[in-house]
Amino acid sequence: MWSLSKIANIIHDWLNSTFNPTIATAIEMLFAGIAVISLFAILGLVLVLMERRVAAWMQIRLGPNRVGPFGLMQSMADTIKLLVKEGLTPDGADKFLFNLAPFIAIIVAMLLMAPIAFAKDFQLWDLNIGVLYLSSVSSIMVISILMAGWSSNNKYSLIGAMRSGAQIVSYELSAGFAILTIIVLTGSLQISEIVQSQSNGWWIFKGHIPAIIAFVIFMIAVTAETNRAPFDLAEAESELTAGFHTEYSGMKFALFFLSEYVNVFIVCAIGATLFLGGWMPLHIGNWQGFNNIMDFIPSSVWFFGKTFFLIFLIMWFRWTFPRLRIDQLLNLEWKYLLPISMFNLLLMTALAILGWYF
Amino acid sequence: MVEELGRTTEGDLIINVGPQHPATHGVLHLVITLNGETIKNVEPHLGFIHRSIEKMCESLTYRQFIYVTSRMDYLSSHINNHACALCVEKGMQIEIPKRAQVIRVLMDELTRIASHELWWGAMAMDLGAFTPFFHAFRERESINDIMEETCGARLTMNYIVPGGVMQDIHPNFQQRVKTFIQLYKSKIHEYDEMVTGNIIFQNRMKNIGYLSPEDAISFGCTGPTARGSGVSSDIRKIYPYEIYDQIEFDEILETGGDSFSRYLVRIREMQQSIRIIEQLIDNIPEGDFQAKTKAVLKLPKGEFYTRVETARGEFGVYIVSEGGTTPYRIKFRSPGFSNLSVLNHIARGSKLGDLIAIMGTLDLVIPDIDR
Amino acid sequence: MFIKEYINDVYCAVKSLLVGMRRTGYYFTHHKEIITQEYPDNRATLQLPERFKGEVVMPHDSSNEHRCTGCTACEIACPNGTIKVITKFEVNAEGKKKKAIDKLVYHLELCTMCNLCIIACPSDAIKMAQTFEHSVYNRSELTKILNNPGSKIMDGVE
Repeated sequence: MWSLSKIANIIHDWLNSTFNPTIATAIEMLFAGIAVISLFAILGLVLVLMERRVAAWMQIRLGPNRVGPFGLMQSMADTIKLLVKEGLTPDGADKFLFNLAPFIAIIVAMLLMAPIAFAKDFQLWDLNIGVLYLSSVSSIMVISILMAGWSSNNKYSLIGAMRSGAQIVSYELSAGFAILTIIVLTGSLQISEIVQSQSNGWWIFKGHIPAIIAFVIFMIAVTAETNRAPFDLAEAESELTAGFHTEYSGMKFALFFLSEYVNVFIVCAIGATLFLGGWMPLHIGNWQGFNNIMDFIPSSVWFFGKTFFLIFLIMWFRWTFPRLRIDQLLNLEWKYLLPISMFNLLLMTALAILGWYF
Repeated sequence: MVEELGRTTEGDLIINVGPQHPATHGVLHLVITLNGETIKNVEPHLGFIHRSIEKMCESLTYRQFIYVTSRMDYLSSHINNHACALCVEKGMQIEIPKRAQVIRVLMDELTRIASHELWWGAMAMDLGAFTPFFHAFRERESINDIMEETCGARLTMNYIVPGGVMQDIHPNFQQRVKTFIQLYKSKIHEYDEMVTGNIIFQNRMKNIGYLSPEDAISFGCTGPTARGSGVSSDIRKIYPYEIYDQIEFDEILETGGDSFSRYLVRIREMQQSIRIIEQLIDNIPEGDFQAKTKAVLKLPKGEFYTRVETARGEFGVYIVSEGGTTPYRIKFRSPGFSNLSVLNHIARGSKLGDLIAIMGTLDLVIPDIDR
Repeated sequence: MFIKEYINDVYCAVKSLLVGMRRTGYYFTHHKEIITQEYPDNRATLQLPERFKGEVVMPHDSSNEHRCTGCTACEIACPNGTIKVITKFEVNAEGKKKKAIDKLVYHLELCTMCNLCIIACPSDAIKMAQTFEHSVYNRSELTKILNNPGSKIMDGVE
């Protein structure tokens, strides 16, 4: 059967036989870069259309269905619109920071693509501290938001950026604790080993109650990290007319917009890897026939299926709940999520020591 | 404004909300003085949509000026027209047939439900939940379809003439209203599921914007704004007009005084309106739909005032007549103006996000305030 | 006890959120609840009620005759000067000079669709049509002459 790792191996062998190893590595890096950028572009297009369709169906209306069959070309139209818009720089803005901020957002998103396992044996960089790398690089995102808010020379943007900074920094704690809860069970930070350890069942089933609590806390925390509703004060349209990216238009706004959606994809990919088994198919005990059918579906389909399910969950949150006020949001984190996640970690550690998990 | 600015201390931020803003329902300019995230002072600037309606009415006859009031508070347009017609009829001592009275009250209550539906959807949207807006419009569209069939228009109905209504109701009217009542009753629990019971909404509306009953009376607030603080001010009960004294319905009073109480008052008023419609829809008496009046209406010399209960509060029409075919002076007492005046008082000390919730529960329609 | 209240708070909060999510999930999966009408693709089947106030027209019968006597009752009833009646004198069959309608100028851009002209007309000459697509590229197209050229009044209308 075809698989992404086989294609990668074929290309690797062909390159090594044609060129000398250094140039082959350089060309491989070039291919990897192009693949990541094209994945970005495709993800951006698909997620924008998916969001609009999901929102429409929940709001008892049809989504975009005119541009192309079933509205599939809608994203193309949106991209062209954003590209031809005039990119204004406000008068008193700090030009260097203003232009730099969207690029930092995109660079962070690209760096985070590296350790994710998209399919069996298909990872860009399998470093032994994969999870720590993901958690620390995603914190750099807050710098780009603060830069954007400060350099816009606009009161609304500044308020939005300050709120967002406080929010992201707080919710990283809960997300970190939720991740740690699973690491206690796996014993390793390396992504490929985490996925391998779920070969006899996904952690959310094997770790029963503490894993389920950790999953719920993780979903809430990453919704807050990526500035999605119900925690989207930084871009609250009815209050601050777009918050920290008010002054951006054209291509720079497109970069912020894109980086938000790709961030959602990445955190859902992390969630799928840790809790739902990454590219591991669903196996149930000794049901050989069922397991063989599940093995037939390629691993990349499993991975993307799980990730898109989690993305749908995050979109479901957005279109159902109103927004929380800034002090209620921080209240939620420091008084409810953090104590519960710390207690959960303790519980999981106790279970791991006693061996009371599957 | 200048002396207010003099009271700002070091570190205060002055922000303009509006006139173009997604959350102010119309063109309203608010100048907010913020200290960090807390509001110190809110100053509304009005007049962006002033169209000198009262001056215009001085050159229109008593049949012609009614259509203009539809454009003032466009969400309760029928009730505004009703007030003008009642004032003219009071001046000329015209007796309105029973059938016309019942039709007018039915249309009033349908308009009240439509107005509260739109308020509910817009309020949820201001707080960040975009979905209830579309669900509210589904019900509102049913009401609009009923109006379109009988009156001919969906928003500015202009169905009332002094003496009754312009045309008889359409033969399908009763059937459609009954279908609407069934639809509404099947969907009402969704409002509780999606908004009223939701913990996030409750946290954003409880204990926000407390208005004491004494303040409500001294600022002149009427309608659900005052009833949320326990001040009994339903014109339909206190000074009944048309056939309101012969129908059974409750006046909804809540004693909380905060935004959540005002919210609950409106949700329960919708249910009371359904109750009124159910009592009337099967008992529309036969008869004329319009009383016979002279072709040219002339009010006798004097001053006349009538008040009705719109979806926002007490709407009053005050006509000064010198005996001619056009009024000498008309003054409209708009409910939104008095409700807006209380905004500064109750928004002090709360956060910027709360201001949006407070304005949502005050239910302001700016063309009504600016006339 | 504090812990009991805390857990109760969390439980009630999560339950209310899940109830809300179930409602939107219901609408996500039940597509027959969608009420969107796909205009302008549905122009062929779009049916407006007969009382809909679109614009004022003067119906003419098959022999190009209308019912307007030129009494200017509609012009007097209109609140903002939308209708202008231009009359002329013409000689009728018995040789008497009678006032008749020359042109009924109707400014669609000023009309508020209040229906007062229709109920003021004593001979049912004008009525409301159910059109609503009034936008044009040239503003002068909005000033309409309601009586067709070469038409005259029907017999028997007073």
